[in-house]
Amino acid sequence: MKTLLKVEDIHTHIGQYHILQGVFFEAREGEVSVLLGRNGAGKTTTLKTIMGLTPASKGIVQFNGQDITKKPTYTIANGGIGYVPEDQGIFGDLTVEENMKVAMRKEDDVAFARQDYVLELFPDLKTFWKKDGGHLSGGQKQMLAMARAFVNDSKLLLIDEPSKGLAPIVIEKVMEAITEVKKSTTIVLVEQNFMMASRIGDRYTLIDDGETVHAGEMADLIHNEEVKRKYLGIG
Amino acid sequence: MKNKFQWNNLFLAIIVVVLVVFPFVSDSRTWTILLTQIFIFSILAMSYDILLGYTGIVSFGHAMFFGMGAYTTAVMLKRMEPSIGIFILSVVCGMLLAALISFFIGLLTLRLKSHFFAMLTLAVSGLFLVLAEKWRTVTHGNDGFTFKAPEFFKDRMMFYFVTLICLVLVYLLLQRFVNSPFGRVLVAVRENEQRTRSLGFNTLHYKVMASVVAGVIASLAGSLYAVSLRFVNTSVLTMDITLDALLMTIIGGVGTLIGPIVGAGVIELTQHYLSGLAKDYPIFERWIIFFGIVYILAVIFFPRGIVGTVREKLWKRKKKTRPVEKREVS
Repeated sequence: MKTLLKVEDIHTHIGQYHILQGVFFEAREGEVSVLLGRNGAGKTTTLKTIMGLTPASKGIVQFNGQDITKKPTYTIANGGIGYVPEDQGIFGDLTVEENMKVAMRKEDDVAFARQDYVLELFPDLKTFWKKDGGHLSGGQKQMLAMARAFVNDSKLLLIDEPSKGLAPIVIEKVMEAITEVKKSTTIVLVEQNFMMASRIGDRYTLIDDGETVHAGEMADLIHNEEVKRKYLGIG
Repeated sequence: MKNKFQWNNLFLAIIVVVLVVFPFVSDSRTWTILLTQIFIFSILAMSYDILLGYTGIVSFGHAMFFGMGAYTTAVMLKRMEPSIGIFILSVVCGMLLAALISFFIGLLTLRLKSHFFAMLTLAVSGLFLVLAEKWRTVTHGNDGFTFKAPEFFKDRMMFYFVTLICLVLVYLLLQRFVNSPFGRVLVAVRENEQRTRSLGFNTLHYKVMASVVAGVIASLAGSLYAVSLRFVNTSVLTMDITLDALLMTIIGGVGTLIGPIVGAGVIELTQHYLSGLAKDYPIFERWIIFFGIVYILAVIFFPRGIVGTVREKLWKRKKKTRPVEKREVS
């Protein structure tokens, strides 16, 4: 299977802090790669470094065979990487419809067909279509954040903690949507909820103290009690 | 946004009808001049709203574009003939100059974080002020100079209608601009610039374009201001002009377009009323203190500006009366 994203020994500094100190991982086409680790391990920073939001001071990020390490964020996004940040990043003064239109960029038949597909995944959004993004609940914001990322038919989606702070029923909807999108898009998922991660993940990378400490098939990790206890505090 | 758009247009249409009828029912020269000033400052405040309200850019140097328009028009009308053709040419030249300068300043400074950008705009604006003070052969320094306005504008009522038409056109143009896909991206930049970049937008490009549009409109306001006084001096480039625009925008309501018009009206009328009271009550000779109290009260009672707060209250009332909102995608 073709490697779509390759992260090689990336180091990232934020101010005086050396956050990432050697992260390696690959995302293969058509798979869901999950980044696991404790709080503060460096998972979110890894996604931000891939997006160019906190550029790497050392190492290489390759997407679709091209080095994107030093590219500006908008070029990376236009190259086919969609990003759902941990804080959702909803534009509060724009309506749900306007949030979607900003994300779509073009307003042609192809874009509207894609929007219809996304609204089938998140039908609840239709109910709040004219409501300001700032007036949505946490679950509705998460759905909108994901819908905005899905609407562009990206080659790769980076999704940061989609279940964080959500009610179980909303988590289930989010899971269903990711499972559906997984059929056509490669996904890199950061997730604290191991149950959710193990259900949809194909491969995993464990990050601890800013470096990759373990990687492999998700099916193997499910039965590896020692690694789960040592790095995730479960089992 | 579409709903807001329609209400704004209806509100503006009523106001415009009243303002068109006004000079025919009142022969007060003072009110004609005062309303003309309000129209001009409304244009300036709307241009500032594009920066502050729609893009989230705080500029302390907006007066430089106002001054550019004022000086370009004043110098051209003085050195060439005071005709309507030269006036239009001077407005276009002022706008082009403002577009060029705001483009380069924006390109060089808008990469910086907001507070650094604000300080740099203050410095660049200071440079233009010094230039106007020192280039005496053209600007006559701090003393400034008088010039003849075109014959057409000698009638105050004509100039009143010209500024009113400019205000309405600028409002409609800017409303179209902020409701366009480009305007939506500007709001997105204001809300979360990092997120907008990760959606694939070169946010610098959008901020520079917003700065150019704001600069061009401010220059138009400056040209009209110079003609209204038939005089120009370095005061058009001072921080006071920027602060006026900032206060008009904040008091009226940022990010609303109609708010800065309301803000300009409130500030100019309050200034006029308070300073006028000094004739009967000596305490109002210090009217600026009372003016400060009005500012403070406005901020306390209208934290989102007059228009912003009224809209918020209407929205809350609407929400209370219609708790279940079910609308389908059209």
